[in-house]
Amino acid sequence: MNLLEKLDAAAAARKALLPDGVGAFGIPIEEVFSATEARIGDRRVLLMGTNNYLGLTFAPECIRAAHDAIDKEGTGTTGSRMANGSYFGHRALEREFADFYQCSSGIIFTTGYQANLGVISGLVGSGDTVLIDGDSHASIYDGCILSGANIIRFKHNDMADMEKRLRRLGDNVETTLIIAEGIYSMLGDQAPLADIVQLKNKYGGILLLDEAHSLGVLGKTGQGLVEETGLLNEVDFITGTFSKSLCSIGGFCVSNHPQLEQLRYVSHPYIFTASPSPATIASTRAALELLRKGSHLRDKLWSNCQQLYSQLKEAGYKLGPDPGPVIAAIVETPQQALLLWQQLLEHNIYVNLILPPAAPEGKSLVRCSVNAVHTMEQIKYVGDTFAKLYNLINVQT
Amino acid sequence: MTESNYDEIMKLLCDRLSDLTNADILITPETNLISQLSIDSIKLLNLIMEIEDAFDISIPINALTDVQTVRELVDLVHKIKTTSS
Repeated sequence: MNLLEKLDAAAAARKALLPDGVGAFGIPIEEVFSATEARIGDRRVLLMGTNNYLGLTFAPECIRAAHDAIDKEGTGTTGSRMANGSYFGHRALEREFADFYQCSSGIIFTTGYQANLGVISGLVGSGDTVLIDGDSHASIYDGCILSGANIIRFKHNDMADMEKRLRRLGDNVETTLIIAEGIYSMLGDQAPLADIVQLKNKYGGILLLDEAHSLGVLGKTGQGLVEETGLLNEVDFITGTFSKSLCSIGGFCVSNHPQLEQLRYVSHPYIFTASPSPATIASTRAALELLRKGSHLRDKLWSNCQQLYSQLKEAGYKLGPDPGPVIAAIVETPQQALLLWQQLLEHNIYVNLILPPAAPEGKSLVRCSVNAVHTMEQIKYVGDTFAKLYNLINVQT
Repeated sequence: MTESNYDEIMKLLCDRLSDLTNADILITPETNLISQLSIDSIKLLNLIMEIEDAFDISIPINALTDVQTVRELVDLVHKIKTTSS
């Protein structure tokens, strides 16, 4: 099989699951009306799969800041920070992230994916070890692969399993990076951070926590799981993304280890890429300010999360263990998931379809993400529609 | 590491692969994990965790890059087991 034939085989496998005309992946969105509504084809749909947790995509402060930045600094930086220099906004945002997490250093990256890629591959290398949760995001897996370190997985959120694997590392634990996530992107459950910290303190290692889905969502000021659990000072490196609660694109890492600064000189995903555009930086800075002061948004978000989680649970759906902004209905087969996804779209609700191997344990997911600016009527409509469709998907498949 | 240890690893792996695939295929050392047994990446990673527990060793998943057949997987486990004991 040549290179192109391999791609044909992969395409055939995808088409077997998703017949032509079912555009579940990369669905064309023709117009965006607000943080909760858009047009897909001829339909005005309710957006329930955008990770826009605080609903800030149309926040006037962010839009104004982005406009001003374009007017003053242009549309792009046209190169890397290493070659083209660091704009005032890049440095200011790094200071603001460090300040937000009460850390001495902060680095921003052009995407959240690159933040994990750059930090992991900068911290560990050949001969070192990464101990990661089995349900880690692809950016974590890819960062580990890029690093060349030995990759050891532990069962998702299973602390006995993690301890077993830490113990086996023996002296190698000294050069081990442990990685977990504040909220896991597929099932929406949280890492047992207190237990992870306890094991790290018992055996050793350096701990990196990815707050991509928990930034803005957990903690009084929205720092994430570190704030929710009061364990900020126990985590060595925190990464995160701008593309969820901060509604732009980019990523960051903060730490009290001064060695973080060295990543600017060794991390290829930081060095060899164009830096974030002025508009991106400006809107992110404005959004970070809103996020810090956004306890009212978090209250509203959690009220919506509880409502949808309880409605889906009551309807009979199998869900992740914790209510939260990611609520995934777990179904047995891809066909069930596809049918549910299509029917929801027929009812003008857009959610995410997650098929194996992207979903944990070979299951399929119909994944919702909840917003602070969804109205209670919208949330109830989604819950009622899921309930109405429950028997349909369980009878027809 | 003795010959019997190697055989023990081979037996355990063949048994587990047989359970995992439910395939009506005779599993031999030369059986290809992907093309013949259709073991997907998730199943393989979970199998590796089971093997780690069975032999109390650490198997880095990036060491699987060159593993295609049952024999190559057994060789890898055997090598790690030998160096760790």
